[in-house]
Amino acid sequence: MTRPTPETLANSARRHRSAAAEGSNDPSDQFPRRLRPGAQPAGDQSGPLAESGRGAGTAQVVAPVQVSGAGSLVKSLEALGVEVAFGIPGGAILPAYDPLYDSSVRHILVRHEQGAGHAATGYAQATGRVGVCVATSGPGATNLVTPIADAYMDSVPMVAITGQVARPAIGTDAFQEADIQGITLPITKHNYLIQTAEEIPRILAEAFHLAATGRPGPVLVDIPKDVLQAQTTFSWPPTLDLPGYRPTLHPHGKQIREAARLMTTARRPVLYVGGGVLKAGATEGLRKLAEMTGIPVVTTLMARGAFPDSHRQHLGMPGMHGTVAAVYGLQKSDLIVALGARFDDRVTGKLDSFAPGAAIVHADIDPAEIGKNRAADVPIVGDAKYVIDELIEAVRAATAGQTAPVDRTDWWAQLDDLRDRYPLGYDEPTDGTLAPQYVIERLGAIAGPEAIYVAGVGQHQMWAAQFVSYEKPYTWLNSGGLGTMGYAVPAAMGAKVGKPDSTVWGIDGDGCFQMTNQELATCALEGIPVKIAVINNGNLGMVRQWQTLFYGERYSNTELGTHKHRIPDFVKLAEALGCVGLRCESKADVDKTIKAAMEINDAPVVVDFVVGKDAMVWPMVAAGTSNDEIMFARGVRPAFDDDEL
Amino acid sequence: MSKHTLSVLVENKPGVLARVSGLFSRRSFNIDSLAVGETENPDVSRITIVVNAETSPLEQVTKQLNKLVNVLKIVELDPGVSVARELVLVKVRADRSQRAQVLETVNLFRARVVDVAPDTLTIEATGTADKLDALLRDLEPFGIKEMVQSGLVAIGRGSRSITTGSALRAA
Repeated sequence: MTRPTPETLANSARRHRSAAAEGSNDPSDQFPRRLRPGAQPAGDQSGPLAESGRGAGTAQVVAPVQVSGAGSLVKSLEALGVEVAFGIPGGAILPAYDPLYDSSVRHILVRHEQGAGHAATGYAQATGRVGVCVATSGPGATNLVTPIADAYMDSVPMVAITGQVARPAIGTDAFQEADIQGITLPITKHNYLIQTAEEIPRILAEAFHLAATGRPGPVLVDIPKDVLQAQTTFSWPPTLDLPGYRPTLHPHGKQIREAARLMTTARRPVLYVGGGVLKAGATEGLRKLAEMTGIPVVTTLMARGAFPDSHRQHLGMPGMHGTVAAVYGLQKSDLIVALGARFDDRVTGKLDSFAPGAAIVHADIDPAEIGKNRAADVPIVGDAKYVIDELIEAVRAATAGQTAPVDRTDWWAQLDDLRDRYPLGYDEPTDGTLAPQYVIERLGAIAGPEAIYVAGVGQHQMWAAQFVSYEKPYTWLNSGGLGTMGYAVPAAMGAKVGKPDSTVWGIDGDGCFQMTNQELATCALEGIPVKIAVINNGNLGMVRQWQTLFYGERYSNTELGTHKHRIPDFVKLAEALGCVGLRCESKADVDKTIKAAMEINDAPVVVDFVVGKDAMVWPMVAAGTSNDEIMFARGVRPAFDDDEL
Repeated sequence: MSKHTLSVLVENKPGVLARVSGLFSRRSFNIDSLAVGETENPDVSRITIVVNAETSPLEQVTKQLNKLVNVLKIVELDPGVSVARELVLVKVRADRSQRAQVLETVNLFRARVVDVAPDTLTIEATGTADKLDALLRDLEPFGIKEMVQSGLVAIGRGSRSITTGSALRAA
């Protein structure tokens, strides 16, 4: 239980040595705090990187030096300001690990490549910087497929570097060969198979640029072993060659004015805020826009924290497990202003009955999102930061010309009434078991709004989205689009590495936790003291909930045995992985167990919260049904005065 | 459903065709015809794709195509103001008794004989899909032994060019 370990100390000593040897080469000084897509001037993609507005980290100039391809790779990462990479070496990537040994880039040796990928995602989600993961060819690369797909669905800036078999062996079914470029074609923003060592700096610079700008996403760079071994010349900065890549950042003035006109005249408007607002760093502008217009706000699962939960105008999360007020607010609105959101099926329910009376203003940086699911009346292509800033100006101009502001008293009265009558809540279990919602609610209250919360996927994720109050951006991380069980532990590790001064709580289920908990060994050895709350209900809870509701309570293959047989024993498992293991089985012990976990800062902590198996996530819009069919609790449909709306 | 002809200008790099065609199959579109070749700029290739689709899903696919980093420009060619051609090579049974009749058909369609064997003629023809269909229909009774057809290539009428854009100059 004494941390840090000798390995951690040795690693950090070596890092300090090499940083000192290279003078002021401390990557944290060179990289902008937040690599905002908006900082990029449009249409300048073919200019030298130093001029492309990426910040000081890339302005560094390195005169040509003779190095190996591997050396060129590592020097490129250093020049790009990469402070950490998560990975596992193997045959094909091995040459890269030799120069990495002396690099200022901290390499964190994970236990499974999936962990490396999710750690890179967690790091990127918490810091806004590009997350980096490294794997070898074949199985190393294919183990990255899930986190790459996850990052793609959630638009996370990530660069995955994989080794490939030597060029002459490509296509021969060589040992550990997999066509990872082909495999990841549909799940990356772009990918590369490097052909010569000379291309390495340019392609790395392009990969980071593509990952971070426009709609962010994962980029994979596959490098054959003989390219890593070849001799080449490294110089910096390279010239990007991306003639077909020109993200539109600034919105069209006419559309902005039309949106502002609708926002100042609609009687029942809602701001539908998605993850794009966080990606663009536009949360302050959002608050300003919301307050000056007085329009109610809903934040999607990907946007929790983009607008303070305590704010009076916040109706909560929309969608399948959203609040009644948020779901009905959208459903009965006459104007939806979607900012960086994509009308996902979990939000809209049955699409053709979604918000039938609403005009749609849809702003997104990705033109393909606009009109994809729901036709937009006012389409706006642009970075959410610029969109919101320009909307603020346009709304100001529109209200200046108005004789009297539009009266929304009725609208707020209806929404407030729904909030009063149908607040988020839960029933205490009648069988005396611990309520999982209570655990999560207390965790949020004790750890507070400064902490970062990282959830897995399932019931615990929904409760963590519902019962923790998010006041600040980048404090809520989860796998939204892909719904990747096993995301929490490695993503929490990545978040903690990126934000070492923040408390990072992983909120995981007993099913999810058993998919990726081996990364706790990484956390223990590398000195990454995350805290993991295992909401242990002994079952695959969300699947069980659907079996309860839709499959006649036939619980086929959802019982995990973590209650009945205590296999595994999470406390013993935690200890075996070098963590502190705690257990809490009763309501009376919840606060003191959380506080005990909060006291431990020199080791990862796992708390096994043994909770009841019958708790369900409510409210719920059953899959494929209309949002009008929202259920407040089992068998309880909210009463709406439809005539009034 | 209706036919649409898309001209897609792409960077001339390995794997780009797979990215473009993969996108169509992933969004469950069937490609009717596809032709690829270099343009006047050797760094730029032009892919001509004919798809049968409704307008709104086609717009979605076009937007998705535009997101591909290697795609420079996409133009839908209006059949009214563009020229479209396909090429067919067809091996027809034509022994001495039939040869004169086959040659008459070839001449009627302004096609050409490119190879002669004792019992077959190989015919080359270019034209619109309609003209080639008509030719093949007329040759059918003689007996078509083998046939190969190119994808459609198309270009807009008039002096304007789709390859003069800022993106393409940069390439």
